[in-house]
Amino acid sequence: MKKDIVLAGVGGQGILTIASIIGQAAVKQGLNIKQSEVHGMAQRGGSVLAHLRLSSNAIHSDLIAPGTADALIAVEPMEALRQAESLHSKGVILANSRPVENIGDYPELETVLAALRAYPRSLVIDAEAMAAAAGSARSMNMVMLGAVSPFLGMPAELLEAMIAEAFARKGPEVVETNRKAFAAGQAAAKGI
Amino acid sequence: MTQLLLLGDEALAQGALDAGLSGCYAYPGTPSTEIMEYIQASREAAERGVHREWSCNEKVAMEESLGMSFAGKRAMVCMKHVGLNVAADGFVNSAVTGTHGGLLVVSADDPSMHSSQNEQDSRFYAQFAMTPCLEPSNQQEVYAMAAHGFALSEQMETPVLVRLCTRLSHSRANVTVSADKQPMKELDALNEMRSRFVLLPAIAKRNYARLCEKQDEFVRLSEESPFNSYSDGPDRSIGVIATGIGYNYLQEAFAGACPHPVLKISQYPLPKRQLARLLSECQQIMVIEEGMPLVEQMLRGPLGDDGRTRGRLSGDLPRTGELNPRAVAQAFGLPTPALPAASPLVKMRPPRLCDGCPHANSYDALNEVLKNRPTSRIFGDIGCYTLGALPPYNAIHSCVDMGASISMAKGAADAGVQPAVAVIGDSTFTHSGMTALLDAVWENSPITVIILDNGTTGMTGGQTSQAAGRMENICAGLGVAPEHIRILTPLPKHHADNVKALTEELDYAGLSVVIFRRECIQTLRRKK
Repeated sequence: MKKDIVLAGVGGQGILTIASIIGQAAVKQGLNIKQSEVHGMAQRGGSVLAHLRLSSNAIHSDLIAPGTADALIAVEPMEALRQAESLHSKGVILANSRPVENIGDYPELETVLAALRAYPRSLVIDAEAMAAAAGSARSMNMVMLGAVSPFLGMPAELLEAMIAEAFARKGPEVVETNRKAFAAGQAAAKGI
Repeated sequence: MTQLLLLGDEALAQGALDAGLSGCYAYPGTPSTEIMEYIQASREAAERGVHREWSCNEKVAMEESLGMSFAGKRAMVCMKHVGLNVAADGFVNSAVTGTHGGLLVVSADDPSMHSSQNEQDSRFYAQFAMTPCLEPSNQQEVYAMAAHGFALSEQMETPVLVRLCTRLSHSRANVTVSADKQPMKELDALNEMRSRFVLLPAIAKRNYARLCEKQDEFVRLSEESPFNSYSDGPDRSIGVIATGIGYNYLQEAFAGACPHPVLKISQYPLPKRQLARLLSECQQIMVIEEGMPLVEQMLRGPLGDDGRTRGRLSGDLPRTGELNPRAVAQAFGLPTPALPAASPLVKMRPPRLCDGCPHANSYDALNEVLKNRPTSRIFGDIGCYTLGALPPYNAIHSCVDMGASISMAKGAADAGVQPAVAVIGDSTFTHSGMTALLDAVWENSPITVIILDNGTTGMTGGQTSQAAGRMENICAGLGVAPEHIRILTPLPKHHADNVKALTEELDYAGLSVVIFRRECIQTLRRKK
C-alpha cells in the first residue's frame, strides 16, 4: 500500500487538521508516514501546502515529487489549480468550490472551477454549504476529508474514530457535526 | 518501545528529554520553534523540572546553555539558522572553553527561504568553530542523535552542532522512542573549571591548541559513527556523497536501489577513510547536500573544478533553493514525468496581516503622517509587521536582521535622512533593539522609533515576549526622555489621535519612542 497525497489551501483553513487525522489513522494501521507541513510566515493568509505520504514500506523523501501524487485535497479552488501539477495522470482532485478572495487579482471563479472540472478525475464541491447543512460551516475540512476517504485505502470507520478522538474535548455535539460533515463528503465522492 | 508521530523538531526534543536533558534554551524562529514548544508542553519535562523558558535572543540562550554545561548538566540551545549569527560569539568560543555537561547547539536551516532572509548553511559554523556536526537524515535519526550528541559532547568536551533543515524540522514521521530514560546529571560545577573557562590569552592559547589536537579524534569518531555509512554498488562510473536529507532524495530517485557506491554522511568532520575509498574507486562524484555546497566545494578544490565532482556548483543540481526528489532524479538523468504548464489563472497569494491585526492600524497612521514627507525613510525589522512592505501598505524601506531597524535608522539619520523612522516589534526590540536604542539615546539621534507592542512573538505563533508590561519603563530606563515616550492604541477609532501624536514626535528634532500597544489578534482569540 502506498498513497501520496497533497493538501492545499490558504493559511488558517485547517489543512493540517485533515493531514493529522489521516496520519493518526495510518499509525493505527501500522503504516509508515511522512507528513511535510508549512509553518511560519506562510501561514499568514498565504498559500499553504502539505505533503502526506503513507506506505506499508519505508518512505524515503519527505516531499512528493511533482507529477506523482495520487490525490490532491484543496480547500480552496485556486490553490487546487496551483497544485494540480502534483498529480500523476490518474490522480484525483478533490476541491472545495468556495474561494478565499484575499488578493486583488483573483481570477473569475467560474473559470477556475471549469478548469478544475476539466481534469479527468475531479470532484468540485461546496464543502462549506455541506458542512453548514451538517451543523457548522467550520467543519468544511471534514467534508473534504470525507471526500478523499474512498481514495485512502483505509476503513471509513477508522477515520471516523480518529475524528471523534480529535474533537472529543470539544464535546459530543462537535464530534457529531464533524462526523456528519465527513459522511456528506464521503457520499459526494461516490462515482468519481 | 513506543511509536510516536513526531515532527523532526519534536523528535529532537523527545530524544533530548530521554537522554537526561536538564535545560533547553531558545529564541523562537522558523523552523526551530517546535523543539522548545514540545518541551514546554511535555509532562515529563515539567515533572523533572527541565528548564524550558524562552530566552531574549540566541546569544543569551547560547550562553545560558553553556552555563548549564559548565555546571555539569546536559543542555540544548535551539535557534533558526540566522539565530546562529547572533549566537556565534558564544558558540565559537564555547569550542575554545570546551564543555562539561553535554551541550547540543541546534540550528535549523531554511533553504528556499520559506520564512527567512537567507539560506545560510549552519554546517559552515561547525567547520569554523572546529566542532563536530550532526546532520540527521530522518526523524528517527534526529531522535537517536540527541543521546549520541550528548555522549559525543561529553566524551570530547566539545559543543556539538546539530543541523536540521525545514523538511526535517517540519515533517512528521513515525519515531520509535526508547523506554529507557537516562537520569539527569547531578550538579557538578567544579572549581577547576576556571582553568578552561577563563579565556585569558594564556589559557585560550592552551585551549585552542587542545581544540586543534581534538580534530583527528573527531575524524576518527566520524569514521566510526553509526550515522555515516558506505554502501557499495556495481556502477562505479559515479560515486555518490549524500548528506543529511539529501540521502532521502537519492533513495527516492532510485526507489531504494541506487546502483552506485554511496557514502551517506550525517556526522562531520568528513569521515576520511570512507571518503578516500569513494574517491579512489569511482570516476565521478555526485554530491547531494541540502543547503550550500560545502562538501562539493571542498572536493572541487581551490581552482573550483577538479574535473570529476558534480553537484550544485556544476549545475547538475540547482545552485539555490532546497533539494527535491525531482531535481535529484534529473541530476542522474533518470526519467521524470512531464509537467503541464502552470495555469494562467493561478495568481500569487503572498502572506498578509490578519484581519483585525493591530499592525494594520499602526501602518495606516504612519502612512498618513508620512504621505507628504517624501524624504522620509522607514527602517523595518523582522516579524509579522515586515508584511508592511507589501501592498496595501508599502510602508517600509528595509528589513535586514533582528534589531536593524533602530540602528539603520540612526545611521541613515547620521547621513542626513529626515525623517528617519524605525519600526520594530516588542520581541525583536528585546532581542536586539535595546542596545541600538541606547546608542540613539547617547547621541540624542533625531529618529522616531515605533515599537509595535502586541505583547508576543507573533510570527512564530505567539511565544512570550520579555518586555510584556514594561516596555515604557525599559525605554525610560535606557534614557529616552519620558515626554517623548508616547503610548498609543492602534484602533481605527483612535486614528486621528494617533496621527496627531506621531506628527508631533516626527517634528521633534531628537529621539522619540512611540509605542503602539494592542494585543496580537491571534493570541487574543486563543484566550477566548
